[in-house]
Amino acid sequence: MQLKTKSRLKFTIASLLIVIFAYILSNGLIIGDYQIKSLGSITKLGLDLKGGVYIEEEIKGENISKDTIDRTKELIELRVNALGVNESVVTVTQQNRIRIEIPGVYDAENALKQIGKTGKLTFRGPNNDIVITGEDIKDASVGVNQQTNQPVVQLKLNESGTKKFAEATAKYQGKVISIYMDEELVSAPVVKSVITTGEAIIEGSKDIEEAKRLAGIIKSGALPVELVPATVKTIGPSLGADAIPTSKKAAVIGITLVMLFMAIYYRIPGIIADLALAVYIMLTMLIFTTALKATLTLPGIAGLLLSVGMAVDANVLIFERIKEELKLGKSLRSAVDAGFNRALPSILDSNITTIIAGLVLMWLGAGQVKGFALTLVTGVVCSLFTAVTVTKFLLKNFVNSNWIENKKMYGA
Amino acid sequence: MLKVIERAKVWFAISLTIIIVGMVAWAVKGLNLGIDFKGGTVVTIKMNSEPNNDVLEEIRKISAKYDSSAQVQKVGTDEVTIRGNSITDEQIPKLYKEIKDKYNLKDANPRQTDRIGPSIGKELRRNAIYSSLAAVVLMLIYISLRFEFKFGVAAVIALIHDVLVTITVYVLLQIPVNSSFVAAILTVLGYSINDTIVVFDRIRENNKKHAFATKRELVNASITQTLTRSINTVLTTLFTITALYLVGVTSVKDFALPLIIGILSGTYSSIFIASPIWYYWTERKIA
Repeated sequence: MQLKTKSRLKFTIASLLIVIFAYILSNGLIIGDYQIKSLGSITKLGLDLKGGVYIEEEIKGENISKDTIDRTKELIELRVNALGVNESVVTVTQQNRIRIEIPGVYDAENALKQIGKTGKLTFRGPNNDIVITGEDIKDASVGVNQQTNQPVVQLKLNESGTKKFAEATAKYQGKVISIYMDEELVSAPVVKSVITTGEAIIEGSKDIEEAKRLAGIIKSGALPVELVPATVKTIGPSLGADAIPTSKKAAVIGITLVMLFMAIYYRIPGIIADLALAVYIMLTMLIFTTALKATLTLPGIAGLLLSVGMAVDANVLIFERIKEELKLGKSLRSAVDAGFNRALPSILDSNITTIIAGLVLMWLGAGQVKGFALTLVTGVVCSLFTAVTVTKFLLKNFVNSNWIENKKMYGA
Repeated sequence: MLKVIERAKVWFAISLTIIIVGMVAWAVKGLNLGIDFKGGTVVTIKMNSEPNNDVLEEIRKISAKYDSSAQVQKVGTDEVTIRGNSITDEQIPKLYKEIKDKYNLKDANPRQTDRIGPSIGKELRRNAIYSSLAAVVLMLIYISLRFEFKFGVAAVIALIHDVLVTITVYVLLQIPVNSSFVAAILTVLGYSINDTIVVFDRIRENNKKHAFATKRELVNASITQTLTRSINTVLTTLFTITALYLVGVTSVKDFALPLIIGILSGTYSSIFIASPIWYYWTERKIA
């Protein structure tokens, strides 16, 4: 095949692929039983966009072990899930704060009450007399009853608990011992036999999940630490309802302006840069939603849009060099080659300096600074790839295609 | 060819004036520290229509029942913020209900509420300062290795220039300094260094080719050659961020405006500050 034909084919296929991918990612696609979801639908929205309660609990006291913090976190997770929301997120921050995000809940006062309640676990006899408390329990785990194949909760008691439980099970054999978390009934098993070994099993859980939940509640018991809500934010549903469409509008206006500017100012290379920019946007969005599993927040949208404006910088550098080379009277092909080669050192040096700054902030930064740095580095690396590799491939093949040979259309 | 070096005193004077005004204002008025740094409570309420002064005064009276130092302010067209130091989590729903009942508001809950303990801001601020300083030192080392030490110092001075100009915007317009302030400063930092390196790279390249008779010509020519690129890149960057400023919600606007000025400053400083500094520093040694 001739170089000309080959290049025409390569260019056409590559640009078509970009357009098709852009269409699929923005609209989604269904082929038979297979479905590709659109980027918009797989992007997780941050609390500031969908609304909800955000709480940061400070753990009081010093030298608290990681175990204790993890237990506290699990306990809070149980309590938050009891509020009936699915997508709640509980994380431990670097400063040992516990960050709680509850989307769709706007009553911060109630959420705080639920999270901060004392969480006293009690086993009570039929007369509401307390048999044992959370302090008597060593461990609770999930197991399976070999005979019935049903999930059970295995209970291990400490020394004092064993003694008290042996007395209670003797007294209440055949009767119910109820398990309460504060004043909330969690489970009400019947005592089948006297338990003197300090090891008991609780049957009657519907499935593994329920058994796990029960074991979790029994094991975590009371909060092992004192919590003080340091930060409480609520984002009402109306804010997100305003923020999402305005951000979309800003994105459409901003990206359209950048693309129009490039196409009008740089003609053919500009249009090719627009294709590369489309790849950049898809690539960063894909990395953020799938690899980094990041949630999209209001500052995040601002950052992404800013990076779109900055991403064309490498192409601007290259195209300016190509123009200079064309003005020196070089042929189209050698001008394009020289343009890329000449621009590369400054593209690399300027971007590597930025990446260095980003990496340092990623290592040393906390919270928002770290998140910002991650966005910055991802954006810079992606834009380096698209603005250099993608643009180079498309532009070289377009030049070799001999479709348009007028140097004016390349900016000369 | 542009005569940047010849008029360097003018550029330095412009920048110094802006920065001195900013720093004096900083000393006198201070930064408008938002609750992310200062701690406190902010309740944002969406009204049904634009509130007049009587409405604001009435809301202030209601808020004063909960916190006598509460400040009430109109934001955007139809939003009101109530700021206080001692409004508790339990008081917020009561406060909102009073206002909601009085003005028949549509939202069942406040548009946004923020209550932040004072200790978080301090840590965030310290961490942001230390990690940025470490980043600047490493950038300085990289530029010194790839170029030379004096390029590195000139680039860092330009960087400080841009950060100070951005802070000036926050001081003069009294934009609340919240955690997005850190992101704004870091963005300006990244943009500024990127822009300066491109100009320096051209100076280095032209210097190797010995294309110019004097250092003055070398610097002026390098700036001229990279000028179109500097302008086009700042334009494309401003397209998106200005679009955000014009149509975005209040918190986005607060973030976008300092960025617009900071990025303009980044472009300005790489041409009119960083290059002349390098010129005068290296030239004096030769003469």
